[in-house]
Amino acid sequence: MHDISAGQIFVAAVLSNNFVLAMFLGLCPFLGVSGKLSTAAPMGAATTFVMLVASLCAYGLNWLVIHFDLEFLRLISYIVVIASAVQLVEMFLKKYSPALFRALGIFLPLITTNCAVLGVALFQTAREYSFIQSLTFAAGAGTGFTLALVLMAGLRERLNLAKVPNVVQGTALSLMLAGILSLAFMGFAGLGAGE
Amino acid sequence: MAIPGQKELTHMEEFMEGIWKQNPVFVMVLGMCPVMAVTVSAVNALSMGLATAFVLTCSTLLVSLIRNLVPKEVRIATYIVIIATFVTVTDYLIQAISLTLYDALGAFIQLIVVNCMILGRAEAHASKNPPLRTVISSLGMGLGFTIGLFALGSVREILGAGKLFGVPLFGPDFQPWVVMVLPPGGFFVLGSWLLLFNWLKGRKVEGSLVKTAEGHSHA
Repeated sequence: MHDISAGQIFVAAVLSNNFVLAMFLGLCPFLGVSGKLSTAAPMGAATTFVMLVASLCAYGLNWLVIHFDLEFLRLISYIVVIASAVQLVEMFLKKYSPALFRALGIFLPLITTNCAVLGVALFQTAREYSFIQSLTFAAGAGTGFTLALVLMAGLRERLNLAKVPNVVQGTALSLMLAGILSLAFMGFAGLGAGE
Repeated sequence: MAIPGQKELTHMEEFMEGIWKQNPVFVMVLGMCPVMAVTVSAVNALSMGLATAFVLTCSTLLVSLIRNLVPKEVRIATYIVIIATFVTVTDYLIQAISLTLYDALGAFIQLIVVNCMILGRAEAHASKNPPLRTVISSLGMGLGFTIGLFALGSVREILGAGKLFGVPLFGPDFQPWVVMVLPPGGFFVLGSWLLLFNWLKGRKVEGSLVKTAEGHSHA
């Protein structure tokens, strides 16, 4: 795993192995916050930040648990670190951008239970990425998540203007839309080499 | 979610709630990530569902037992640590039972920790109800989740590979719809199930409207 360049990892995480559309991670915020462009982008940024912090900490923690032979504590320590990072972002946003804080609402603390964040930490451990590779991977995953969220928000804003039958309204329609988006992203398969 | 005004459910109703009325997959659309990612075959879907049900039942039982001891400020952190503990147990358990299955499910076993359905149940139900009621409700929810996963997994396996539980269903001429086992298929199949349920619900509401001529609509 050590011979993959950082650029390849980044491209793979953003496009061909997009966290939301190809690996199904972070679907709850993807379906929940993608209603408006103005909240989708900040949400993506906040998640990316948490991912970077989580990746950084996970790298250190992984070294620790292996060093002390405590592998069974890995998952628990990861999730505690992520929860703290989210708390940090929450406090920061509350202080510097109360409007955004209110707009994101319940989805901000829910970043803790965003599988994409824990996914970053778990995948970098499983693939034995080096320090730089881990950080690039986290940045790529965050960018990919933001990209998917923004694209979806744009589509859904346009969709509000369209007339659809009553039966398909709501989640069903969003899922179909996500399916088509995912179909489009399959075209990127083969770019980079993440696996 | 437990609504305060509806506390008087019998145990049976509590059990059925998760399977039908508040099915986590089809009605609440919670915990979607494992739903999509592992449902490429019926076996994967079933085992994932059972693993999640196990974690859900154990952790909500523990949460319910200590519900009066945990200070309000740290409750979420406590729940997460409890859930993470049971997930670690499940992780090692599956590894011991079947390595093939473990490889197929991959990181998604550990990702049960962040299944919003489990945290949601711990917060909304287990923290307010006695242990017995919690366990019954969790079993219902877990079963409902498993049924949902199975519904998705079997459709995707039948269409995408022409098999069910690895047994070929159609003749050798069957051309598999490969897209169904690829990521977009997950979205399409779940979307179609939701469409079906929406349609059924719409018909039911229409029917009751005609019968009673009262304008009560279901949420």
